[in-house]
Formats: sequence, C-alpha cells, structure tokens
Amino acid sequence: MPDARVNVPAEVARGKPFEVRILIRHPMETGYRTDESGKPIPRNVLATFTCRYNGETVLVARLGPGIAANPYLRFFVTARESGQLTFEWVDEAGVRGDERVAVTVV
Amino acid sequence: MTRDDTRRWRVRRRLLQCGGALVLVPWLPAGAAERDIVDIPAFATFLAGRSPRWERMRLDLPSLADNGQAVPMKIVVEGPFAPGPYVRAIRLFSQRNPVPEMATFEFPVAVERIEVESRVRLAGTQRVVAVATMSDDRLYAAAADVVVTIDACMDGT
Repeated sequence: MPDARVNVPAEVARGKPFEVRILIRHPMETGYRTDESGKPIPRNVLATFTCRYNGETVLVARLGPGIAANPYLRFFVTARESGQLTFEWVDEAGVRGDERVAVTVV
Repeated sequence: MTRDDTRRWRVRRRLLQCGGALVLVPWLPAGAAERDIVDIPAFATFLAGRSPRWERMRLDLPSLADNGQAVPMKIVVEGPFAPGPYVRAIRLFSQRNPVPEMATFEFPVAVERIEVESRVRLAGTQRVVAVATMSDDRLYAAAADVVVTIDACMDGT
C-alpha cells in the first residue's frame, strides 16, 4: 500500500484554480494513547506538509494532534504552466514522505 | 371592559411575549459566539488584542458529530483576492482539545480560491474557531459549535 493517494483533475484550465486532494497514511499519534501493556504511545504527528508547484511553494500545512489519523487535505492551486505538483511531509519522528503528480494545463 | 375581555387581553399579551422570545432565540447563539470566543486562550493569545471581522469566512463542521476521532471540516474564505489583499494563513483553534492549536495553513502565493478541507479530532462538545490572516494583516474569523457524542482521546485503550 502506498503512503499517499493524490488526486488532481486530468486537465486544468490556465489561470483557474484547480482542486487537489491528498490522503496520507499516518497514525497521527496524539500521545494520549497507551499500548496493550499500558505503556504510553509517544506523540508523533505528521507536523509539516508542503505542496510545491513547479518548484514554487503553494501550501504549507502545519498539523497538530487535532487532525485525524490518515490526514486528508483538499485545497486549491492556481493553474499556470504544465508541470509537476510535489508533496512532501515529515512527522515528529523525522520520517519523511513524498509524492508527485503531473499537471496538464490547457 | 368585561371580565371576559380582560382575560382575552391577558392571553394576547402572553402570546406576544412567547412570540417575542421565539424570534429572539435564533439570534442568541450568534451573539454568544462572538462574546465567548475569548474563552479559547490560544486564540486570544494569537489575537493579542486585535479583533477579527466575523465575515467573509465560513467554517463548516457538522452540528452533531457521532465520532470525535474524525470530523469533516471545511474552511472557505470568500474572494475576490487578486489584485487586492489575499489570504496568507488560516489558523484553526479548538476550545476543548488538549492541544488547542489544531492546524495552520499557509499560502506563500496568492490563490484565487481559498477552500481547505480536512478531518479533525474533537475532544468533546465544543466551539472551533478559524481565523484568516490577509496580506494586509486584516483578520477574518468564523466559529462553529459541534456536539460530540464519542470524544477523541478517550478511546480507553
């Protein structure tokens, strides 16, 4: 199973905002849960999520334990040129993940 | 005036009073929302004395959430933005979560359509506030009240 699922429209109109949807697999541990033996599970949330469009940062999301497990984000990006959307994230344990998707501007 | 008339007037007065109360009720939560907003200390700290405008912004949360572990949340800021001031950041605050700062969404470049959707955890029935910072430092805010049946962070495991 991949770490993330991304969805953007097949074609986007130049100058118009288009919808980006991403679902990332991550437990978003709050630090308030315990395992079977009663030991607390340390907090570890996906703290920083960055979306770049042809290298330019278009969204930075700073998430806390108030965001549900397997964070889902839906937002808009303005279409400029055909190219790539890249997504990067890092959790509080320092584990990184990334995903990319092609954007076709018509 | 006969006794019958007096009674009729009294009934009429009662009806008018009840009617007045009914008309007032829908307005109370809105007024209360703005007044009680400062009971989220993290939000008050962020505002630092500034007062946001309670307009242009929408925070959509279900009024009743069965499960606080994943509650659909949507933030909308009404445009137009370009070439005027655009949304630079949106912050989300919770009234009862152990960590009141739920999320921050930063937009380094102007986006023509500001709409952010995610799923949040809510530790009990509470008010949630979203505040947008514009590129001219103006603040817009919106609040939503959610009744939560099963809290997040209380799963007993």
